[in-house]
Amino acid sequence: MDRLSASEIFTSILGQFMPVWIGLAVILVISILFQKKLGLYGRLFTSPIGIIGLILVLFWILTAIFADSIITMDPLSQISGMKNKKPGWPITGMEGSYYLLGGDNLARDVFSRMVMGSRIVLVIAPAATVFAFMVGITLGLPAGFYGGKLDTVLSFLANLVLAFPVILLFFLLVTPEIRSTGIPLYLSGVLFLFPIIFFVLLFWTRFQEQPTKLIILLSITLVFGLWAYSGLAFNADPLGVFYMDPNLLNIFVSVVFVNSPTVFRIVRGLVADIKTRDYVAAAQTRGEKPWYIMLWEVLPNARGPLIVDFCLRIGYTTILLGTLGFFGLGVSPESPDWGMTINEGRKFLAVYPHPALPPALALMSLVLGLNLLADGLREESLRD
Amino acid sequence: MGIFLLKRTGVMLFTALCLTFAVFFLTNLEPNLEKLTKSEGNMRMSDVEVQSWLEKNGYRQPLIKRYGEWLGVMPGWVRTDPDTNEKTGRCLRYKDAQTNEAPKFCGLIQGHWGRSLVFKEEIRGIIVEKLGHTGKLMLAVMLVMVPISLIIGIIAGMREGSKTDRTLSTFSILTTSTPEYVSGVILIVVFASKMGGLRWFKGTSATAMENVTFENFTLPVVALALYGLGYIARMTRASMAEVMQEQYIRTARLKGLSFFGVVLKHALRNAMIAPFTVIVLQIPYLLTGVVIIETLFNFKGFGWTLVAAVGNNDIELLLACSVVAVVVVLVTQLISDIGYVFLNPRIRVS
Repeated sequence: MDRLSASEIFTSILGQFMPVWIGLAVILVISILFQKKLGLYGRLFTSPIGIIGLILVLFWILTAIFADSIITMDPLSQISGMKNKKPGWPITGMEGSYYLLGGDNLARDVFSRMVMGSRIVLVIAPAATVFAFMVGITLGLPAGFYGGKLDTVLSFLANLVLAFPVILLFFLLVTPEIRSTGIPLYLSGVLFLFPIIFFVLLFWTRFQEQPTKLIILLSITLVFGLWAYSGLAFNADPLGVFYMDPNLLNIFVSVVFVNSPTVFRIVRGLVADIKTRDYVAAAQTRGEKPWYIMLWEVLPNARGPLIVDFCLRIGYTTILLGTLGFFGLGVSPESPDWGMTINEGRKFLAVYPHPALPPALALMSLVLGLNLLADGLREESLRD
Repeated sequence: MGIFLLKRTGVMLFTALCLTFAVFFLTNLEPNLEKLTKSEGNMRMSDVEVQSWLEKNGYRQPLIKRYGEWLGVMPGWVRTDPDTNEKTGRCLRYKDAQTNEAPKFCGLIQGHWGRSLVFKEEIRGIIVEKLGHTGKLMLAVMLVMVPISLIIGIIAGMREGSKTDRTLSTFSILTTSTPEYVSGVILIVVFASKMGGLRWFKGTSATAMENVTFENFTLPVVALALYGLGYIARMTRASMAEVMQEQYIRTARLKGLSFFGVVLKHALRNAMIAPFTVIVLQIPYLLTGVVIIETLFNFKGFGWTLVAAVGNNDIELLLACSVVAVVVVLVTQLISDIGYVFLNPRIRVS
């Protein structure tokens, strides 16, 4: 069999991504039809930068969802004779099968690994960002609202973490040795509590006059939250649904730990500004409790900048995960994690550039999409 | 102003103490010490042997005391072996050549940074040498990054919303989305590989420590500069756009001054306050990039040394690198704070 030409490779890849194109088309058509009713999301479609960002982000989300049907080969299996083969190389003994983007140093399919790698990034990065936001919001609200000693202490701690060079923190926190000391477990034990605290406070302050609703919401939060908490932080889930690989937990906790002080600072600044507004004074005059005001008056009015930062932060987390992978501290040595694939490919870059290039471009396009989306959202939310 | 400086420096010193202690704690974890023992002694040491080695070499004192010794505020440990009567101690290595007496204190403050396991050299010398290499890299990056980003930011912010503005802003976003390990890979593939075909530069900077040439230094500098460039440009643009809407700019324009005259004489000076802070604070962020780029291009500077120290469990060297990194971050923060106060006449500290 002959090697595929550049245009054949291009059309095959386009074809493989068919579920993504269909999904994209459906989402975009529906969004444009109901643009007027979709609020901030709908207005995004008036800014070209926002649309491009949204398409890039949606592309990778859909790729992660349909990854199983997009890949052409198993991302982990090695086929002999395919080591470092150029893009479009036919597989010996398998009629009509090709390594679309070539083979890597261990004779695995670069294309399938790139596609599968999107799953890892798109699960960990948003999840870690959500956790960082929960921690940052739960601590930043009282710090900005009350000020005083609490603020001084929390701000000092946040500055302490921020003064730590990120790369050093990773080298110290993400090592196989540290897992045996249990430090990641303690950290996760503290950090994973914040989402539960946040939601309990959120419902408690709002529905105190509606006991039945309060009890239902609180029990859902507590049962589900503590169940997930026991499984994720301590691997003690009795049903075994929630589980995190110790190495993954280590990475996850470190990323949350690095990101939350920045979120804290942003929230604190926003709250300090918003608390001087009239509607906060009005709520205070009504006799509302401080936590109600923070969660139901201040927080919703700080949502614009927070949504924008959320997008930026997912991108930043993606870069951080890539950095970790680049230094060989990734999820697991076999996994098709983008950063790790770049790291493996860089050693032979001058001779075989094709294994490192696809994950590098994939990571860049995802982060670019998130940054453009954030920019579009910022423009639109400023128009309010 | 004096009190502000004093307070700020006090907080900085306290932060430095907290951070160095955290690093000390994390590098001296039990598994690390065990690994150290086995690499110093031999791989097949039994647990008892490991413990006795650690005991003999002063690793079994309370952590806080060891931190104090390492810092140089507590006297170094001295131990006489009960069986052989052999004297061991932290400071014995630093005996005075004339009096043949060991100093009482030997730590960071006294300039005794310990000895590297990997390089078999005094750490202070290694750090000075490697920082020199990285300094060259940083200087080149700053010389490329700062002027370009300021020019992009000023031109984009001068006429907000224009076509030039949109193009330059998109370019800025593109560069901030390209971390060093991505731009490094792309640059090597395009300019230094067979596939790219151009082969203008070298994909490695292993020779750049002694002899910087255009060929071996361009790619790492460009890769590092690109990531920070977009961020500074965006900040400059925002600051410039804000200043351009001020009343005094309109007055100057209505007075009949030319557009570029207004930009250069009136707007620029006020628009440069915010970017100054951003540029100074960019230095700690460059640190991560430096580690990545030095690893990627095999440039044996500070970042490369940090990776080597981590990879080989060279505790003393890693500690020294961390101190340097923490000091760099804290000093740049201090400079940016003070500089901001000096540059901005509207802020009065007292």
